[in-house]
Amino acid sequence: MHIMEGFLPHPWWEVWYALSLPVVVYGMYKMNQLVKERRETLPLLALAGAFIFVLSSLKLPSVTGSSSHPTGTGMGAVLFGPAITTVLSLIVLVYQALFLAHGGITTLGANVFSMGIAGPAVAYLVYKGCTRSNLNFYVSIFLAASLADWATYLVTSLQLALAFPSATGGVVQSFYAFGTVFAVTQVPLAIVEGVITALIFKYIIQVKGEVMVRLKVIDEKKLRKLKEVISA
Amino acid sequence: MKGEMIAGTVIVVFAALFLYVAATNTGAEWGGADGEAEGVVEELTGGTYEPWFQPLWEPPSGEIESLLFSLQAAIGAIIIGYFFGYYRGKQSNSRSEE
Repeated sequence: MHIMEGFLPHPWWEVWYALSLPVVVYGMYKMNQLVKERRETLPLLALAGAFIFVLSSLKLPSVTGSSSHPTGTGMGAVLFGPAITTVLSLIVLVYQALFLAHGGITTLGANVFSMGIAGPAVAYLVYKGCTRSNLNFYVSIFLAASLADWATYLVTSLQLALAFPSATGGVVQSFYAFGTVFAVTQVPLAIVEGVITALIFKYIIQVKGEVMVRLKVIDEKKLRKLKEVISA
Repeated sequence: MKGEMIAGTVIVVFAALFLYVAATNTGAEWGGADGEAEGVVEELTGGTYEPWFQPLWEPPSGEIESLLFSLQAAIGAIIIGYFFGYYRGKQSNSRSEE
Protein backbone atom coordinates (compact mmCIF):
# COMPACT_ATOMS: atom_id res chain seq x y z
CA MET A 1 0.00 0.00 0.00
CA HIS A 2 2.99 2.29 0.03
CA ILE A 3 2.74 4.85 -2.71
CA MET A 4 6.35 5.49 -3.50
CA GLU A 5 8.16 8.76 -2.95
CA GLY A 6 7.32 11.35 -5.57
CA PHE A 7 4.60 9.24 -7.14
CA LEU A 8 1.70 11.52 -6.32
CA PRO A 9 1.68 14.64 -8.44
CA HIS A 10 0.32 18.02 -7.42
CA PRO A 11 -2.46 18.52 -6.27
CA TRP A 12 -2.99 14.98 -4.98
CA TRP A 13 -0.26 14.75 -2.39
CA GLU A 14 -1.52 17.98 -0.83
CA VAL A 15 -5.12 16.72 -0.89
CA TRP A 16 -4.25 13.57 1.07
CA TYR A 17 -2.11 15.53 3.50
CA ALA A 18 -5.02 17.88 4.09
CA LEU A 19 -7.41 14.98 4.70
CA SER A 20 -5.05 13.08 6.99
CA LEU A 21 -3.70 15.92 9.10
CA PRO A 22 -6.88 16.67 11.10
CA VAL A 23 -7.29 12.97 11.93
CA VAL A 24 -3.67 12.72 13.08
CA VAL A 25 -4.13 15.75 15.32
CA TYR A 26 -7.40 14.40 16.72
CA GLY A 27 -5.77 10.99 17.23
CA MET A 28 -2.90 12.54 19.18
CA TYR A 29 -5.37 14.38 21.35
CA LYS A 30 -7.32 11.16 21.97
CA MET A 31 -4.16 9.23 22.71
CA ASN A 32 -3.01 11.85 25.17
CA GLN A 33 -6.34 11.71 26.90
CA LEU A 34 -6.24 7.92 27.04
CA VAL A 35 -2.74 7.81 28.48
CA LYS A 36 -3.62 10.41 31.12
CA GLU A 37 -6.96 9.00 32.20
CA ARG A 38 -6.47 5.29 31.72
CA ARG A 39 -2.89 4.43 32.47
CA GLU A 40 -3.78 0.75 32.76
CA THR A 41 -4.37 0.65 29.01
CA LEU A 42 -0.80 1.71 28.23
CA PRO A 43 0.62 -1.81 27.77
CA LEU A 44 -2.27 -2.66 25.47
CA LEU A 45 -1.58 0.48 23.44
CA ALA A 46 2.07 -0.53 23.11
CA LEU A 47 0.92 -3.98 22.07
CA ALA A 48 -1.34 -2.60 19.34
CA GLY A 49 1.54 -0.48 18.02
CA ALA A 50 3.95 -3.40 18.17
CA PHE A 51 1.48 -5.57 16.29
CA ILE A 52 1.41 -3.04 13.44
CA PHE A 53 5.22 -2.96 13.52
CA VAL A 54 5.53 -6.71 13.11
CA LEU A 55 2.80 -7.26 10.53
CA SER A 56 3.72 -4.36 8.29
CA SER A 57 7.33 -5.55 8.16
CA LEU A 58 6.39 -8.94 6.75
CA LYS A 59 6.35 -9.05 2.99
CA LEU A 60 4.47 -12.17 2.07
CA PRO A 61 4.25 -13.90 -1.29
CA SER A 62 0.78 -14.15 -2.77
CA VAL A 63 -1.04 -16.16 -5.43
CA THR A 64 -0.41 -13.48 -8.05
CA GLY A 65 3.33 -14.16 -7.97
CA SER A 66 4.13 -10.90 -6.24
CA SER A 67 4.60 -9.96 -2.61
CA SER A 68 2.81 -7.56 -0.35
CA HIS A 69 2.45 -6.98 3.34
CA PRO A 70 -0.36 -6.97 5.91
CA THR A 71 -1.13 -3.79 7.83
CA GLY A 72 -1.91 -4.97 11.37
CA THR A 73 -4.23 -2.06 12.06
CA GLY A 74 -7.35 -4.06 12.91
CA MET A 75 -6.31 -4.71 16.47
CA GLY A 76 -5.67 -1.08 17.37
CA ALA A 77 -8.89 0.02 15.71
CA VAL A 78 -11.03 -2.47 17.64
CA LEU A 79 -9.36 -1.67 20.98
CA PHE A 80 -8.84 2.08 20.77
CA GLY A 81 -10.82 3.31 17.79
CA PRO A 82 -9.59 4.51 14.40
CA ALA A 83 -8.07 7.88 15.36
CA ILE A 84 -5.54 6.47 17.84
CA THR A 85 -4.65 3.77 15.32
CA THR A 86 -3.92 6.55 12.83
CA VAL A 87 -1.15 7.80 15.10
CA LEU A 88 0.26 4.28 15.55
CA SER A 89 0.30 3.79 11.77
CA LEU A 90 1.97 7.14 11.28
CA ILE A 91 4.91 6.01 13.41
CA VAL A 92 5.43 2.91 11.27
CA LEU A 93 5.00 4.80 8.01
CA VAL A 94 7.54 7.44 9.01
CA TYR A 95 10.03 4.72 9.96
CA GLN A 96 9.55 2.98 6.62
CA ALA A 97 9.68 6.21 4.63
CA LEU A 98 12.91 7.40 6.25
CA PHE A 99 14.88 4.19 6.67
CA LEU A 100 13.51 1.81 4.07
CA ALA A 101 12.55 4.06 1.16
CA HIS A 102 9.12 2.42 1.37
CA GLY A 103 6.51 5.06 0.87
CA GLY A 104 7.80 8.57 1.21
CA ILE A 105 7.55 11.98 2.78
CA THR A 106 5.56 13.48 -0.08
CA THR A 107 3.20 10.48 -0.16
CA LEU A 108 2.96 10.18 3.63
CA GLY A 109 -0.42 11.92 3.70
CA ALA A 110 -1.89 9.44 1.21
CA ASN A 111 -0.34 6.43 2.91
CA VAL A 112 -1.54 7.54 6.34
CA PHE A 113 -4.98 7.93 4.87
CA SER A 114 -5.15 4.43 3.39
CA MET A 115 -3.43 2.47 6.15
CA GLY A 116 -4.07 4.66 9.17
CA ILE A 117 -7.53 6.07 8.54
CA ALA A 118 -9.52 4.09 5.93
CA GLY A 119 -8.42 0.65 7.13
CA PRO A 120 -8.98 1.29 10.85
CA ALA A 121 -12.31 3.00 10.15
CA VAL A 122 -13.47 -0.09 8.27
CA ALA A 123 -12.24 -2.36 11.07
CA TYR A 124 -14.04 -0.29 13.68
CA LEU A 125 -17.32 -0.17 11.78
CA VAL A 126 -17.23 -3.85 10.86
CA TYR A 127 -16.52 -4.81 14.46
CA LYS A 128 -19.34 -2.63 15.78
CA GLY A 129 -21.73 -3.99 13.17
CA CYS A 130 -20.80 -7.58 13.95
CA THR A 131 -21.21 -7.04 17.69
CA ARG A 132 -24.62 -5.53 17.18
CA SER A 133 -25.72 -8.54 15.16
CA ASN A 134 -24.34 -10.81 17.87
CA LEU A 135 -21.81 -12.54 15.70
CA ASN A 136 -19.18 -14.73 17.36
CA PHE A 137 -16.44 -12.54 18.87
CA TYR A 138 -13.51 -14.11 17.01
CA VAL A 139 -15.38 -14.12 13.70
CA SER A 140 -16.06 -10.40 14.23
CA ILE A 141 -12.36 -9.74 14.83
CA PHE A 142 -11.41 -11.81 11.80
CA LEU A 143 -13.80 -9.88 9.56
CA ALA A 144 -12.77 -6.52 10.98
CA ALA A 145 -9.03 -7.12 10.52
CA SER A 146 -9.30 -8.78 7.10
CA LEU A 147 -11.57 -6.15 5.65
CA ALA A 148 -9.39 -3.36 7.10
CA ASP A 149 -6.37 -4.84 5.35
CA TRP A 150 -8.23 -5.18 2.10
CA ALA A 151 -9.85 -1.75 2.28
CA THR A 152 -6.42 -0.20 2.76
CA TYR A 153 -5.26 -1.56 -0.58
CA LEU A 154 -8.49 -0.58 -2.31
CA VAL A 155 -7.99 2.98 -1.12
CA THR A 156 -4.38 2.94 -2.33
CA SER A 157 -5.65 1.81 -5.75
CA LEU A 158 -8.20 4.60 -5.73
CA GLN A 159 -5.60 7.19 -4.73
CA LEU A 160 -3.36 6.18 -7.60
CA ALA A 161 -6.28 5.98 -10.02
CA LEU A 162 -7.38 9.52 -9.17
CA ALA A 163 -3.86 10.81 -9.73
CA PHE A 164 -3.31 8.80 -12.91
CA PRO A 165 -6.62 8.49 -14.79
CA SER A 166 -6.33 6.40 -17.92
CA ALA A 167 -6.42 8.30 -21.21
CA THR A 168 -9.01 5.91 -22.60
CA GLY A 169 -11.12 4.78 -19.64
CA GLY A 170 -10.53 7.47 -17.05
CA VAL A 171 -10.36 6.88 -13.32
CA VAL A 172 -12.44 3.69 -13.47
CA GLN A 173 -10.07 1.94 -15.82
CA SER A 174 -7.05 3.07 -13.82
CA PHE A 175 -8.69 1.88 -10.63
CA TYR A 176 -9.14 -1.50 -12.26
CA ALA A 177 -5.50 -1.57 -13.34
CA PHE A 178 -4.15 -0.69 -9.87
CA GLY A 179 -6.73 -2.91 -8.22
CA THR A 180 -5.47 -5.90 -10.17
CA VAL A 181 -2.02 -5.30 -8.71
CA PHE A 182 -3.05 -4.52 -5.15
CA ALA A 183 -6.48 -5.89 -4.31
CA VAL A 184 -6.08 -9.35 -5.80
CA THR A 185 -2.62 -9.90 -4.32
CA GLN A 186 -3.99 -8.85 -0.97
CA VAL A 187 -6.86 -11.32 -0.60
CA PRO A 188 -4.87 -14.26 0.86
CA LEU A 189 -2.80 -11.90 3.00
CA ALA A 190 -5.93 -10.28 4.39
CA ILE A 191 -7.26 -13.68 5.40
CA VAL A 192 -4.02 -14.59 7.18
CA GLU A 193 -3.98 -11.21 8.91
CA GLY A 194 -7.56 -11.69 10.09
CA VAL A 195 -6.85 -15.11 11.55
CA ILE A 196 -3.69 -13.97 13.35
CA THR A 197 -5.47 -10.93 14.78
CA ALA A 198 -8.33 -13.11 16.03
CA LEU A 199 -5.83 -15.47 17.68
CA ILE A 200 -3.98 -12.68 19.45
CA PHE A 201 -7.29 -11.41 20.81
CA LYS A 202 -7.76 -14.79 22.46
CA TYR A 203 -4.54 -14.18 24.40
CA ILE A 204 -5.54 -10.64 25.27
CA ILE A 205 -8.80 -11.93 26.71
CA GLN A 206 -6.85 -14.49 28.69
CA VAL A 207 -4.47 -12.06 30.35
CA LYS A 208 -6.06 -8.61 30.15
CA GLY A 209 -9.72 -9.08 29.26
CA GLU A 210 -10.94 -6.68 31.94
CA VAL A 211 -9.19 -3.77 30.23
CA MET A 212 -11.24 -4.53 27.14
CA VAL A 213 -14.39 -4.17 29.23
CA ARG A 214 -13.17 -0.80 30.46
CA LEU A 215 -12.43 0.27 26.90
CA LYS A 216 -16.01 -0.79 26.09
CA VAL A 217 -14.84 -3.28 23.47
CA ILE A 218 -16.93 -6.04 25.02
CA ASP A 219 -19.26 -6.22 28.00
CA GLU A 220 -18.62 -8.16 31.17
CA LYS A 221 -21.05 -10.95 30.44
CA LYS A 222 -19.46 -11.67 27.09
CA LEU A 223 -15.97 -11.57 28.60
CA ARG A 224 -16.93 -14.10 31.24
CA LYS A 225 -18.31 -16.41 28.58
CA LEU A 226 -15.21 -16.07 26.39
CA LYS A 227 -12.95 -16.77 29.37
CA GLU A 228 -14.94 -19.87 30.23
CA VAL A 229 -14.51 -21.19 26.70
CA ILE A 230 -10.74 -20.63 26.83
CA SER A 231 -10.22 -22.31 30.20
CA ALA A 232 -12.55 -25.20 29.36
CA MET B 1 -6.42 -25.05 21.30
CA LYS B 2 -9.11 -24.59 18.68
CA GLY B 3 -7.95 -21.08 17.77
CA GLU B 4 -4.35 -22.21 17.33
CA MET B 5 -5.47 -25.12 15.18
CA ILE B 6 -7.44 -22.85 12.86
CA ALA B 7 -4.62 -20.31 12.61
CA GLY B 8 -2.10 -23.10 12.00
CA THR B 9 -4.24 -24.61 9.27
CA VAL B 10 -4.69 -21.26 7.51
CA ILE B 11 -0.94 -20.62 7.59
CA VAL B 12 -0.19 -24.11 6.23
CA VAL B 13 -2.70 -23.59 3.41
CA PHE B 14 -1.13 -20.20 2.70
CA ALA B 15 2.33 -21.75 2.49
CA ALA B 16 1.06 -24.60 0.31
CA LEU B 17 -0.55 -22.06 -2.01
CA PHE B 18 2.80 -20.32 -2.34
CA LEU B 19 4.58 -23.57 -3.15
CA TYR B 20 1.90 -24.43 -5.70
CA VAL B 21 2.15 -21.06 -7.45
CA ALA B 22 5.95 -21.18 -7.30
CA ALA B 23 5.90 -24.59 -8.99
CA THR B 24 3.31 -23.82 -11.67
CA ASN B 25 3.94 -20.17 -12.45
CA THR B 26 7.60 -20.04 -13.41
CA GLY B 27 7.29 -16.41 -14.43
CA ALA B 28 6.50 -15.27 -10.88
CA GLU B 29 9.13 -12.87 -9.61
CA TRP B 30 7.68 -12.25 -6.13
CA GLY B 31 8.46 -8.57 -6.39
CA GLY B 32 6.69 -6.07 -4.20
CA ALA B 33 3.20 -4.96 -5.25
CA ASP B 34 4.24 -1.40 -4.32
CA GLY B 35 6.91 -1.53 -7.01
CA GLU B 36 4.53 -3.08 -9.51
CA ALA B 37 2.23 -0.10 -9.16
CA GLU B 38 5.12 1.93 -10.55
CA GLY B 39 4.88 -0.18 -13.71
CA VAL B 40 1.16 0.54 -13.96
CA VAL B 41 1.81 4.27 -13.64
CA GLU B 42 4.33 3.99 -16.44
CA GLU B 43 1.82 2.14 -18.62
CA LEU B 44 -0.98 4.61 -17.96
CA THR B 45 1.12 7.68 -18.63
CA GLY B 46 3.04 6.13 -21.49
CA GLY B 47 6.27 6.37 -19.51
CA THR B 48 6.09 10.15 -19.26
CA TYR B 49 5.70 10.40 -15.51
CA GLU B 50 8.83 11.33 -13.61
CA PRO B 51 8.63 11.11 -9.82
CA TRP B 52 9.16 14.65 -8.67
CA PHE B 53 10.81 13.77 -5.40
CA GLN B 54 13.43 11.17 -4.50
CA PRO B 55 13.70 9.37 -1.17
CA LEU B 56 16.01 11.29 1.15
CA TRP B 57 17.88 8.11 1.96
CA GLU B 58 17.73 4.65 0.52
CA PRO B 59 19.15 1.48 2.05
CA PRO B 60 22.42 1.03 0.15
CA SER B 61 21.75 -2.67 -0.51
CA GLY B 62 19.11 -5.35 -0.28
CA GLU B 63 20.89 -6.79 2.73
CA ILE B 64 20.71 -3.53 4.63
CA GLU B 65 17.08 -3.17 3.66
CA SER B 66 16.24 -6.58 5.06
CA LEU B 67 18.25 -5.73 8.16
CA LEU B 68 16.05 -2.71 8.79
CA PHE B 69 12.90 -4.69 8.08
CA SER B 70 13.98 -7.38 10.53
CA LEU B 71 14.75 -4.71 13.07
CA GLN B 72 11.22 -3.40 12.68
CA ALA B 73 9.77 -6.87 13.21
CA ALA B 74 12.09 -7.55 16.13
CA ILE B 75 11.14 -4.37 17.97
CA GLY B 76 7.48 -5.26 17.61
CA ALA B 77 8.00 -8.87 18.60
CA ILE B 78 9.94 -7.94 21.75
CA ILE B 79 7.10 -5.73 22.94
CA ILE B 80 4.46 -8.38 22.19
CA GLY B 81 6.49 -11.10 23.93
CA TYR B 82 7.17 -8.91 26.94
CA PHE B 83 3.52 -7.99 27.32
CA PHE B 84 2.17 -11.52 27.21
CA GLY B 85 5.05 -12.92 29.26
CA TYR B 86 4.63 -10.34 31.98
CA TYR B 87 0.89 -10.76 32.37
CA ARG B 88 0.94 -14.53 32.10
CA GLY B 89 3.60 -14.70 34.78
CA LYS B 90 1.65 -12.34 36.99
CA GLN B 91 -1.49 -14.39 36.52
CA SER B 92 0.03 -17.76 37.35
CA ASN B 93 1.78 -16.15 40.30
CA SER B 94 -1.42 -14.84 41.81
CA ARG B 95 -3.07 -18.18 41.19
CA SER B 96 -0.39 -20.14 43.03
CA GLU B 97 -0.72 -17.80 46.03
CA GLU B 98 -4.43 -18.50 46.38
